[in-house]
Amino acid sequence: MTAGLQAVHDSFPLLLHGALVTVEVTAMALVLGAVAGLAGGLARVSPLAPLRGLAAAYVSVIRGTPFIVQLFFVYYAFPQLGIRVPPMVAAVCCLAVYSGAYQTEIVRGAIQSIERGQIEAARSLGLSRAQSMRYVVLPQAFLRMLPPLGNEFVALTKNSALVSLVTVQELLLSAQLIISATFQNFSVYLTIGIMYYVMTSIVSTGTQLLERRLKVYV
Amino acid sequence: MTDQHGATPMIEVRALRKSFGEHEVLKGVDLAVARGEVVAIIGPSGSGKSTLLRCMNLLEQPSSGEVWFEGTQINLPGVDVNRVRMRMGMVFQLFNLFPHLTVLDNVTLAQTKVLRTGRDEAQERARALLAKVGLAAKEQAYPNSLSGGQKQRVAIARALAMRPAVMLFDEPTSALDPEMVQEVLATMDELVREGMTMVVVTHEMGFARRAADRIVFVDEGSIVAQAPPERFFGAPASARVRQFLEKIPT
Ligand SMILES: Nc1ncnc2c1ncn2[C@@H]1O[C@H](COP(=O)(O)OP(=O)(O)O)[C@@H](O)[C@H]1O
Ligand SMILES: [Mg+2]
Repeated sequence: MTAGLQAVHDSFPLLLHGALVTVEVTAMALVLGAVAGLAGGLARVSPLAPLRGLAAAYVSVIRGTPFIVQLFFVYYAFPQLGIRVPPMVAAVCCLAVYSGAYQTEIVRGAIQSIERGQIEAARSLGLSRAQSMRYVVLPQAFLRMLPPLGNEFVALTKNSALVSLVTVQELLLSAQLIISATFQNFSVYLTIGIMYYVMTSIVSTGTQLLERRLKVYV
Repeated sequence: MTDQHGATPMIEVRALRKSFGEHEVLKGVDLAVARGEVVAIIGPSGSGKSTLLRCMNLLEQPSSGEVWFEGTQINLPGVDVNRVRMRMGMVFQLFNLFPHLTVLDNVTLAQTKVLRTGRDEAQERARALLAKVGLAAKEQAYPNSLSGGQKQRVAIARALAMRPAVMLFDEPTSALDPEMVQEVLATMDELVREGMTMVVVTHEMGFARRAADRIVFVDEGSIVAQAPPERFFGAPASARVRQFLEKIPT
């Protein structure tokens, strides 16, 4: 047990660095995934059928295949086509595309949950479809998106551990490197488990606080 | 087309038909509303009153027939419906206020985004209208903190903010508790006094009798009777109208 504590203590800077990489990867994927989710969600409710179809296909394919296969496809299969993707880029992009598919459905669901009367009132005042979306539907939809988005951000944080498999030295891979030198499985995995838990707690508390702040009108 | 005074009607529908799938809801309606006229549309539930009203500002697209506004046919491809709609105010049964905006912002939103009025000017107009409907003190409140009657008065102010040429009301008091009906009707009475052109779907026969220039009775997707209130209520044209009026408290 003391050897385990010693190992964690000695390698803590390395673990912290790994945690930082996890935060970086997650944050970038979160922002890009949110952009994809908003675009996808708007496409899903678009009056243009091809756009709706495209977004539906995106969601269907991404949700219907394992993330790890998507990641390996980009990292290992693209080079066969002459496209070499750096590990960090593959990691962030794959996580963003994956999370974006789930966020697309969250955005679509929230938009569709806003009463028809809201759009009708906006349109009856002369607002265009886009203006009604921008000023009336989306602000209300955003509040309804927050709880499921919070869950999705937590899932994204946890999924980020999988990018260790394409050599991104985030928290899990850092831990494995330390273990291979110290053999302290128990202490090191326990430590990063706690670190992941702290990160996901911050994410879910953050979205809950945001929700409470925005909820003034309910 | 012209009305009896030779002027262009404010709104006119001709041979208007509307189907939802197989279900034909409007079966060829002709109706012209003159400038300054107040028309009350009454009739049983499900007869197509809302659909008729919603075809006037193209919230529903007619299946066939024509809708004219201020001398222009508006249900044609290429017509900018947003420009048409900003000149027609609409008040809904369930208010449809924007819950995420304060009362003041509800009344300024379309002014700033559609009319491109400056913020200060829009707020000034909004405050004047809120004062007019008796809600000056509520400008910073959110809609969910208001009573039904207050909500509907804000909705009227919101529509008036666009300086509409006509106001369409779809059962504006039907969702209200009885004690709140009068405050909304009083606001509408004031609009009538100011000469606003109004089309009002309503079950408030007292209001229809005192405020309307003409009562239009819709049944099963057709206009089956229309007359000035004295004649409409005094000597109902048909057994169907009499039967309907008997069931409605006046
Ligand atoms: N969007 C819609 N889709 C399908 N049916 C509808 C729709 N709107 C109205 N209807 C039907 O059209 C008929 C007339 O409705 P409505 O115009 O609302 O009547 P009223 O306002 O006189 O009560 C009803 O049978 C209603 O169910
Ligand atoms: Mg109705």
